[in-house]
Order: sequence, then structure tokens, then C-alpha cells
Amino acid sequence: MSAITHLQFLESEAIYILRETAAQFQKPALLFSGGKDSIVMAWLARKAFHPSRLPFPLLHVDTGHNFPEAIEYRDWFVQEIGASLTVGLVQKSIDDGRVQEEQGYNASRNKLQTVTLLDTIEENQYDACLGGGRRDEEKARAKERFFSHRDGFGQWDPKNQRPELWNIFNGRKQFGEHFRVFPLSNWTEMDIWQYIRQENIPLPSLYFSHQRKIIERHGQLLDATTGIIPLHDEEKPKVKEMTIRFRTVGDVTCTGAVESTASTIDEIVAEVAAARQTERGTRADDKRSENAMEDRKKEGYF
Amino acid sequence: MDVLVNPTESSLLRFTTAGSVDDGKSTLIGRLLYDSKSIFEDQLLAVEESSKRRGDAHVNLALLTDGLRAEREQGITIDVAYRYFATPKRKFIIADTPGHIQYTRNMVTGASTADLAIILIDARLGVIEQTMRHTYLASLLRIGHIVLAVNKMDLVDFDEAVYNKIVADFQAFAKGLDQLPKVTPIPMSALNGDNVVDKSEHTPWYTGPSLLQHLETVQVHSETAADEARFPVQWVIRPISDRKDAKLGNLHDYRGFAGRMASGTFRVGDDVLVYPSEMKSKITGIHTFEGPQEEAIPQLSYSITVADEIDTSRGGMIVKANEPTQTSQEFDAMICWFADKKTLKPRSRFHLRHTTNDVRAVVTDVLYKVNISTLEKTTESKEFALNDIGCIRLRCATPIFFDPYGKNRTTGSFVLVDEQTNNTVAAGMITHSLVDAGDEDAEVAI
Ligand SMILES: Nc1nc2c(ncn2[C@@H]2O[C@H](COP(=O)(O)OP(=O)(O)OP(=O)(O)O)[C@@H](O)[C@H]2O)c(=O)[nH]1
Ligand SMILES: [Mg+2]
Repeated sequence: MSAITHLQFLESEAIYILRETAAQFQKPALLFSGGKDSIVMAWLARKAFHPSRLPFPLLHVDTGHNFPEAIEYRDWFVQEIGASLTVGLVQKSIDDGRVQEEQGYNASRNKLQTVTLLDTIEENQYDACLGGGRRDEEKARAKERFFSHRDGFGQWDPKNQRPELWNIFNGRKQFGEHFRVFPLSNWTEMDIWQYIRQENIPLPSLYFSHQRKIIERHGQLLDATTGIIPLHDEEKPKVKEMTIRFRTVGDVTCTGAVESTASTIDEIVAEVAAARQTERGTRADDKRSENAMEDRKKEGYF
Repeated sequence: MDVLVNPTESSLLRFTTAGSVDDGKSTLIGRLLYDSKSIFEDQLLAVEESSKRRGDAHVNLALLTDGLRAEREQGITIDVAYRYFATPKRKFIIADTPGHIQYTRNMVTGASTADLAIILIDARLGVIEQTMRHTYLASLLRIGHIVLAVNKMDLVDFDEAVYNKIVADFQAFAKGLDQLPKVTPIPMSALNGDNVVDKSEHTPWYTGPSLLQHLETVQVHSETAADEARFPVQWVIRPISDRKDAKLGNLHDYRGFAGRMASGTFRVGDDVLVYPSEMKSKITGIHTFEGPQEEAIPQLSYSITVADEIDTSRGGMIVKANEPTQTSQEFDAMICWFADKKTLKPRSRFHLRHTTNDVRAVVTDVLYKVNISTLEKTTESKEFALNDIGCIRLRCATPIFFDPYGKNRTTGSFVLVDEQTNNTVAAGMITHSLVDAGDEDAEVAI
């Protein structure tokens, strides 16, 4: 009997889901943020359809609040795997009056992304969006199906999800509805890192230890290098040069850093193994309330 | 904290919880995660804070898995939660399922991919109808291993006699099942952690392993290489390009059948039968992104090329030439009905989804329903309401190729999808094929 390792199992399961998505939908897209989960997902998509090119584009919902390293990486990666890229701009949603920008020092465009995402989905008539969400990230995500149904308003109904049995995925839908599909549902943060190590996947430099100007706010280490986060006058003298890395990479305003000297994948794996906090513990968007993620997901967040 | 397992050696065990409402399933999973140090500080802090806010007498570990607002408000589980943890010996994927009868479909969702089920019983209440329903479903789904967790032993003074009586009652019920799983009973207190990770001092009379010791070592059967080879086709890879690939050469004529090996193995050169055309051919290539492979093994994904121009696509299947599947338009199946607003009866129509196939199907007969408490077959009513389990006969618009569920979980399972709402309304497991539709005597038992 040939036993397979858990990483082989997870890889094969993700490829299976990616192929199901291509087969069951008219026009899918893969949500690509430049974070490690979406990088792994796109990497797996390349494997799933090899030697063909990806049968769907990558879609980046761009808040405009980016780390330049992430955008640079995105453009390189898209070339590297021979994919095409669609960008949805939150700035455009603001300019069009579709959304109102949050004001103040803790302002974040994270919530606005939902409107831009739903608008981009409608404009391009995408009927399925592949997301890199993992069930180990957050308690509401732990409840979500691989094929997650969204109604005509893009909303998730957590109390009424379709049963999902064996390896049979039901992507049937009415006109105007769509699906979010999560091929990495069963992966943990550790699985992602061990896979990145096994496959030698290049990552944005933000994931590795580097020097950065940092402001500490509500226990979070936030970026003060890009100038995207506005600082109070009394905060300005407190900006410190620190040795940090990011455990997740997203919108600058809600991505917290951790102090770290881990500069190789092996060192990161060891650090993740010893971590006492979840990676989402570094994210401001989840700290807003106990049900923050569930509420955002219901409205159509990733 | 995520234990550093050796990624090249670790095996994976998938298990599910089952049992009636409030038997302590979510608490047990919380305890297992907590005692195996799989909980992060911020997660624990959040649970402590919300336990306090709710006025719970102790830290409510069930809140670690009850992630939805409605679940925390009502203190029950509504939908299955997936949790992950690892010990140096194994990786685990847990499905924590609801005990409430209304949400049986979510219990079945969690159980359909499990190798082992932990069935909890409240020691004060003993074996009740919901215990029997879930045990019956676990056996129907062919989960080969059951842990009978006799929980809340702290509330019955860790009394051995209470435990023995419950185990005996359970075994008396389980004897009536067609498919007898292997049962490992363990006395427990999920709340306090007795016999969950470590052996408890309160049960000196119990000589078996703790739950975690058992989970780390139990050998489960999953798809083995010795089974018949089954490769459902998901997608056809056609680069439509004159690019040259380093390993595959000119891609102009490349036509690969993409899918996942459900069971058995293939080697290059194997004689195969390709459904639906049932044409014979030979395997010329087994490919992954890494390059050509000699062998395709169970559970892994490949792109397979064959010698002849064969007409197959999504919904088709490749098998060994001397190991054909059953093919039939009509067959019998056990189903579990999930819809709350509609019933299933003779002449009901559905989309039937089986492997990667989607065909129209009609119910030609309802053979019997099962009375869960007595396991008796009843024929009084031909209508299935929410959570009913029983046997029906289905006729498809075109033949499907399958194995009985008892032989193959992938090629023997299907779901029924409502034509109006597109909801998944039933889980089905094929039992019999009817060779000649309409002729009852031609039924072949497999
Ligand atoms: N005394 C005692 N109480 C327990 C034990 N296990 C669970 N409980 C309590 O029983 C209640 C129900 O526990 P849950 O874990 O939510 O039950 P459940 O089986 O997950 O319930 P559903 O998911 O809704 O079916 C909670 O108040 C727990 O604290 C135990 O071993 N001893
Ligand atoms: Mg529960």
C-alpha cells in the first residue's frame, strides 16, 4: 500500500478543487493579493492545468494602500506563471461615489474592498472567485464550505449552507448568484510554510526579517515607512526602526508586523512552530469585534 | 501552536464527532485542542472573555469551535466546524458536527469524509435515539472505526457500572447494523479532561488507552492501491498551442485527461477501458507538473494520456480493461433526505451528481424507510421528510458507471440536487444495479 504524506494529500485536494472550479463555472477568477496563501493557490493552479495556461485570470482587489514590494512581486509572479491579471481599484469605487472612505487615524479600506470586489465581479461577470482562505485562520472560516454559495447580493448565509458530501461539489446556481471557492480550506499556516519550503516558492521580501520604521498602536506594530498610515503628532517621535517581518501581507493599514530575525524559510518554519499567537492576531480588521469576520463574510467579504 | 511534524512522513487521520445535542462534542474537541497545546493565546483569551461575558461557570471550551454568532447565542452547534491539530505522531483533521436533529445534514457532511467517528453519550442519559441515528449513519457511510465516548462521567461519580451498562446497551444496538464498525469504548469527562489526552486517576478500573493515544495509533482503512483502478475525468487539458514543453515536447497534439485517482493504480502501458464509450485503449503517459510518472496512485491528481483518439470528457471515467464498473440507468440506493420544505416521493425529479457526472434522474420507487430506533424497514409511507433514511430506486436519463458504495466510496456515492433551488437535498449510496430496467427479477445483488 502506498501511503501519501499529508502535504501530498493537501496538494492533490487543492488541484482537484481548482479543476472542479474550472469545469463547473463559465467564468471563474482567482483572487490574488500577493499574500502567501494566494501565491500558493496560484502555484497549485499552474500545476492543475499544466501544460496549459491557467483557464482563468488572477484578480487583484487593490485598496491603493499597498506595500510597493507586494505590487512588484505581483507583477513579476503573473509573468512567471504566464497568467493574466485583472485589477479592481478601491480608489475607483471611492471616486465613483460607490463607497465612502473611512476617516481618521485608524481608517482602513479593508471593508471597502467588499464593494469593489462585488462591483468587479458584476462588471466582468465572474461566476466563481477562488480565494486563499483557510479554515484554521478564524472561527467563522472554520465553518465555510469549499464551494461557498453567494446570493444575488453576494451574501453568505452561514446558517443555511449547502451540505457538501464526499468529493462531490455542487456549483449549480441561479442567474446572478455566484460562488466563492476555497481550495486551501484544509491547510494550516504550517502546511503553507512547509509547502513553500518543499516547492521552493519565491515570496515577497516582506515575509522575511528586515529593518523598517514602525509605529506601535494598540499593541500592534504598524508600518511607518510607506507613509500610508497617518500618524498623530504625539506618535511621530515614537516611530522606531525595528527588525521585523510580516506573517500576513495585505492592505498596509491592517497588516501588523512581528519582531523577528527569521530570514530564511527554515527559520520561519521554526518560528511558526513556536508561535503563541495566531497570524490573525496581527490583523487589525479582526479585532474590531467577536463576530467581525462573520459579519464581513455575510456581506460578501473574501 | 502548530507541532512541527516531519512533512515527509506524517500520516493524516480524519475524524468526526457525533451524538446528541449537549453530549459534549464541542467541549471534547476544545479539550483535545487545549490539552494537546494546539490553542493560541489570543484564541484562548477570546474564549475566556466571552465565557465571562456569558456568565458561564467555567471557561467554555465549546466556544473554540462554535464559531458562528447564532451558535454562541444558543450554546449549540449548527454547522460543522473543521479544526486541525498535530502531534509528533500524526496530523488530524477534525469535523465537529451538530447533535441537533434539525442539522443532521451537517453531521452527514462532516462524516462523509471521515475515517473514524467519536460518538458521544451523556453518561446520565445513556443510549438515546440520536445516538442510534448517528451510529446508523456512520455505519451507512462505512466509517469503519467508532470511539464510543461515554462522557460526563464526573456527573455519575465515575461509576464503572454505569459505564458498563451503556457500553452493553450500545453494543446490543450495534449488533443489528448491517455493517459492524470496530467499536472502542472510553469513559471520559470532556469538561475536566479525564481520559482525553492523559489517562485519568478517576477511572482506575479502565485499562484501555486515552482518546488521544487511540487516535494517534489506530490504523484505518482508506483507499488502497489493491482496489480496482478508478479515474473519473474532471477536465481535458488541451493546450492548443505549438509551444514546446521541455518534458512533453510539442504541445500541439497534447490531450490529457485530468483527474484524481479514486482507488487502485495505473502504470504506463496498462490496457484500459474508457467510459462512457467503453472503448479500449492503452495508457501512454501519466503526467504531473513535475514531469512524467511511472505510476498513478490513490488520492493523487494526474493528467493521463491514452493511445487512441477516444471520445471522453468531464463525467467520463478510465478503468482497467479487465476491471469494468457496473453500468446502468436504473439502480437502488440508500439515501438520507435533507430538505425541510420539500419531500421526496415516487416521480420526484432531480439532478443527480455522481463523481464528475451530472445527469437528470427520477425516483421510480420508494422501497422502504428505516425506523432508526428499531432498525426495522417500514413500507407504510412512500414519502421522505427531513432526515428520513431509506432505500429508493432511481432512473437516470443516461447510464452511469459506478460501483456499490460498500466497495468504493467515490464511485458509489452521489447527491441529489433540487431542480428549482439548486440545493443539495439528499446524500445517496448505491446498493444494487438493475440490469434490465422495469424487470424486477433481473435485479443483481452486488
Ligand atoms: N459536567 C460535565 N459537563 C460537560 C462535559 N462535557 C460537556 N459538558 C457541558 O455540556 C454542555 C454542552 O456541551 P457542548 O460541548 O456544547 O455539547 P455539544 O455536544 O457540542 O452540543 P451540540 O453541538 O449542540 O450538539 C456544556 O455546558 C458543557 O460545559 C463533561 O464531561 N462533564
Ligand atoms: Mg457542539
